[in-house]
Amino acid sequence: MDPRSENGSGRLEELAGSIRQSVIRSLAEAGSGHLGGSMSSADILTALYFSVLKHHPAEPTWPGRDRFILSIGHIAPVLYATLAEAGYFPKEEMLTLRKAGSRLQGHPGRDHKLPGLELSAGSLGQGLSVAVGMAIAFKIDGLDNRIYCLNGDGELQEGSVWEAAMSAAHHKLDKLCLIIDRNGLQIDGSTETVMALEPLKKKFEAFGWNALECDGHDFRSLLNAFQKTRLETSRPSVIIAKTLMGKGIKSIEGDYRWHGKSPSKEQAEEMIKEVAK
Amino acid sequence: MVKLVNRGNKATKTGFGEGLLEAGIDNGSVVAIGADITASVGVDLFASKFPSRFISLGIAEQNCVGVAAGMALAGKIPVFATYGVFSSLRTTDQVRISLCYNNLHVIIGGAHTGVSVGPDGATHQALEDIAIMRVLPNMTVLSPCDATQARLAVIAAVEQCNGPVYLRFGREAMPDFTTPEMGFAIGKAQLLHHGNDLAIISTGHMTWEALRAAYELEKEGIMARVLNIHTIKPLDETALVEAARECGAIATAEEHQVAGGLGSAVSEVISKNHPVPMEFVGMNDRFGESGPPLELMRKFGLTAENIITACRKALERKRR
Repeated sequence: MDPRSENGSGRLEELAGSIRQSVIRSLAEAGSGHLGGSMSSADILTALYFSVLKHHPAEPTWPGRDRFILSIGHIAPVLYATLAEAGYFPKEEMLTLRKAGSRLQGHPGRDHKLPGLELSAGSLGQGLSVAVGMAIAFKIDGLDNRIYCLNGDGELQEGSVWEAAMSAAHHKLDKLCLIIDRNGLQIDGSTETVMALEPLKKKFEAFGWNALECDGHDFRSLLNAFQKTRLETSRPSVIIAKTLMGKGIKSIEGDYRWHGKSPSKEQAEEMIKEVAK
Repeated sequence: MVKLVNRGNKATKTGFGEGLLEAGIDNGSVVAIGADITASVGVDLFASKFPSRFISLGIAEQNCVGVAAGMALAGKIPVFATYGVFSSLRTTDQVRISLCYNNLHVIIGGAHTGVSVGPDGATHQALEDIAIMRVLPNMTVLSPCDATQARLAVIAAVEQCNGPVYLRFGREAMPDFTTPEMGFAIGKAQLLHHGNDLAIISTGHMTWEALRAAYELEKEGIMARVLNIHTIKPLDETALVEAARECGAIATAEEHQVAGGLGSAVSEVISKNHPVPMEFVGMNDRFGESGPPLELMRKFGLTAENIITACRKALERKRR
């Protein structure tokens, strides 16, 4: 089914709902973790893993797979929930999040051997450089694997992101796609108050990128944007996905205080009902 | 034991560049990353031989390390060299997370280390790189003593390692006295001079000074064992403990801060296993400065004469 059709979007919405429930449940069980950004990125990850990426969950290290690099390590719960939903590991394992001996570390750690996890990350501003390195290596070898990297918007305040952005355009990495979860919030408040990022699209264009904007909670908008990046033949692409922190849970939507908070078990029950609708 | 002689001065960076070229010829996965000072750090040989395997990334060291990590994840063996002050300090967080936490086979070259960098002065004289790099889990730290050994070190880093490697080298042409036949086994100390009165444990350029000191002491009948530590991590604990047990006194020598460097690394092993009097030759909690390389080595107490003084102190403490 074409995911860009009405019914295809419906299926993705169901999957995203299930992923959100899994995130909420695991955070409540863990007693800590980042709910806000996990919710704002949930639809982006659903689109990627269920419609965009070429991958085989049964063979996580398949060389032909596209690569997904999570640069904002703190939204690990939504990556884990998406990987579990896709079949990389049992969903029950989500309840071990942040616990001793778990493969589901607070920030992603490859040393714990979680299937499907491409990079240990969590110190902001490093993932795009790694994605650039992968894209360069594949280009040297004449391979057509695509590389997707997800950054938070606040993360763009790290200077190293712009070093990476410069190098991606310089080396004409057309198989590289950066997605920015543009929820507009960071720990101290609005990105524009803490350290303004706008005009963001123009900044990337000035750096030589193919810059697109989309609604990060509308699958047709997201998938159209991903489709457009595939037409690019000489520049890296960036999709600035407009999102809402805490998306799906009305009581916390747009509230920056939920950036790094987890719900109590009682709150979680209500939230799960809400996102399951 | 054959007396090692200086076959002529040659910079360790030249040995590094030759080794990189050789490693590149032998192994098609080797790629190099340039951060603007390609010729200055010896990578130009590789870059002109393999233009499609040389990636220019400009003056952006943090990105260079991340890109190296990505290339390693995609099956390459990247070598990224720049001045040690930048490759160890400007990039520390990227080295810690993108390289070491991910445990990726990337070789970071630290050029222009020690005060022997000379006229460029303190900003460009790496004196803290060993300390920083050796505390990072998964990291291997190499510090060859001359150009011949630097060449072997790159090849060993490519062929014998699976994780991140920091390889330290210098700029100034210095005595080239080891031979290719001596080989390079990662993690093995090299015995360069026999002796049981005390041990001189040295790394990098200071190993030639250690040998000079041993030859001088020998004239007085003092037999110093000289151990060259080309691998600071993993350290050859067996050889160090044996030296402590059999010699009873140790002097360490390095062109680096004593705090956190080779001296610290050796004393961590010795204090735990077989405590003996130790003296430390190295930089003592200060920055370098501009000047001719050898004059700076003298000014900061990094010569055979300083090692001899340290040896006498250690021997005196041993006899007490």
